[in-house]
Amino acid sequence: MINSKANRRYQVIINIVLLLVTVIMIAPLVLLFMSSVSSEASLLNNGYSFWPEEFSLSAYQYILANGQTIFRAYGVTILVTVVGTSINLLLCSMAAYALSIQKLPFRNIISFFIFFTMLFNGGLVPSYLMWTSMFHIKNTIWALIVPNFLCGAMNIILIRTYFMTSIPEALYEAAKIDGASYLYIFRKIAVPMGVPIFVTVGLFSGLGYWNDWTNGLYYINDAKLYSIQTLLNKMIQDIQALQANATAASSGAAMQIPTVSVRMAIAFVALAPILAIYPFLQKYFAEGIAMGAVKG
Amino acid sequence: MVTGLKKNKKKEKLTWVQFKQYIPLYLMLLPALIYLFINNYIPMTGIVVAFKKYSKKKGIYGSNWNGLENFEYLFKNDAGLIIRNTLLYNIVFIVLGMVVGVTLAILITDVMSKRLKKLYQSAIMLPFLISIVIVSYIVFAFLSVENGMVNNSLLKPLGLSPVQWYAEPKYWPFILTFVNIWKGCGYGTLIYIAGIVGIDPSFYEAARLDGATRWQQITKITIPCLVPSLITMTMLSLGRIFASDFGLFYQVPQNSGALFSVTQTIDTYVYRALISSGGIGRSAAAGFFQSVVGFALVMGANALVRRISRENAMF
Repeated sequence: MINSKANRRYQVIINIVLLLVTVIMIAPLVLLFMSSVSSEASLLNNGYSFWPEEFSLSAYQYILANGQTIFRAYGVTILVTVVGTSINLLLCSMAAYALSIQKLPFRNIISFFIFFTMLFNGGLVPSYLMWTSMFHIKNTIWALIVPNFLCGAMNIILIRTYFMTSIPEALYEAAKIDGASYLYIFRKIAVPMGVPIFVTVGLFSGLGYWNDWTNGLYYINDAKLYSIQTLLNKMIQDIQALQANATAASSGAAMQIPTVSVRMAIAFVALAPILAIYPFLQKYFAEGIAMGAVKG
Repeated sequence: MVTGLKKNKKKEKLTWVQFKQYIPLYLMLLPALIYLFINNYIPMTGIVVAFKKYSKKKGIYGSNWNGLENFEYLFKNDAGLIIRNTLLYNIVFIVLGMVVGVTLAILITDVMSKRLKKLYQSAIMLPFLISIVIVSYIVFAFLSVENGMVNNSLLKPLGLSPVQWYAEPKYWPFILTFVNIWKGCGYGTLIYIAGIVGIDPSFYEAARLDGATRWQQITKITIPCLVPSLITMTMLSLGRIFASDFGLFYQVPQNSGALFSVTQTIDTYVYRALISSGGIGRSAAAGFFQSVVGFALVMGANALVRRISRENAMF
């Protein structure tokens, strides 16, 4: 069967189909990149295309030369991603470790308290009102870090399960007999052994922060605090405002709207780090998706 | 787990000395619990705002009750459209997502070359990692009226007149479905690949000895073996059928008012009503409806999954 003619034909057919699927998956990203390296003239004449008439790096040169807003937004995104992901990992791994100790009194009640947040939520309106009127988070950097992304039940459960399955109970017992405290065991055993799950969970937490535009939409209208996704979102809004009402927008728009290729270049720059790390961390991405870390 | 706990209780009554050793563990739990209390539990109680006439001065808990007024307004005006859109899109996404996911999973597991297999897997997962804002830029590159690739490079050479994509609702059910499948099919495919890899190879060997064609193997072995995970995935999605991807429906159509009839879902409605003046009541009512019905559906779906395959249930 393996070498039969029919099988070879079947292999050819499925490979053609899957290559086609691969093209469909990747082509839109190619179009984004090609639009960012098209000259403004060929964009205006022929629109966005997979092979522009005239290549030009002027969009990137423009970003380098005038890109204070963009660099700042990039910096905000990096800061938010690093700080948010670190705190997320810290909170989740500590909680997960405690819950992985089966003897912990009230363990089931606490687990349920955490798990219930996955089943029921108050929705946008109460959250929004709480963050803005109780915690006055609007237009602070915390608005990009704290709401929704700082710690999630899914991440705690994933790490707890990992601890429980990969660190045998006997190891704890042995360490306890040697007089080690739970804290010591956490630092010396659980953390080093948990590295693979930290990478997976951290990767998705980081991806969540990097890609998030909702917190910026809800809580930020100070241009100094725009993250790169918020900036991209605001550019669309400004263009819409401009189209809807030219006079109102010219006085209201916070910044000058960049040309089409510059906008595409900013979008590509925002995407580039993910494309750059993806090939190396593909295994962890795949594991994370399969485990459901995405929703964490 | 439960029996283990009971045994412990019988053996030893928790003394203060024993309890003391656990204090560091509680302290380690504390930050996460405080965060979840604030981020998740306070808003749960704030859900009562749906039954109030919210006033900024009085806050959520101090505002006056107004009974079902917010709901009356919501159900008289907008509820039909947003519920219809949310449900219909989700049903299409669930069915199509499953068909595409299973098909791709079967094809990819059949590829003999390891390198190509890896290439295909990487490619279908990639869109999953892209922010929806950037996706909306990409869609705009295809569909922009003046500069769009479709109008300029496809329709023009065919002699067709350009389409005002962002003003024509009739195309958007297809566009949004395509974008959703493009972005999300990697997830299902990955799950189903795991399911297929777990099927006992001797089933296929036996089938081959009996002269079964590849197609027969797929329909008689692969798909029946995938049924438990198919049911689970469907149940879990049914539990979320009142939730919609805010980014997909808000960003990808570029918030275009002309398209609201086919792009307004519960989540976009909640946001748009919240930021419109005086809309907080109907926004809260729609959010309340979504949370409560969503909760009931998740519980129902999980109960069903438990009956079908215990190990796939969430709890």
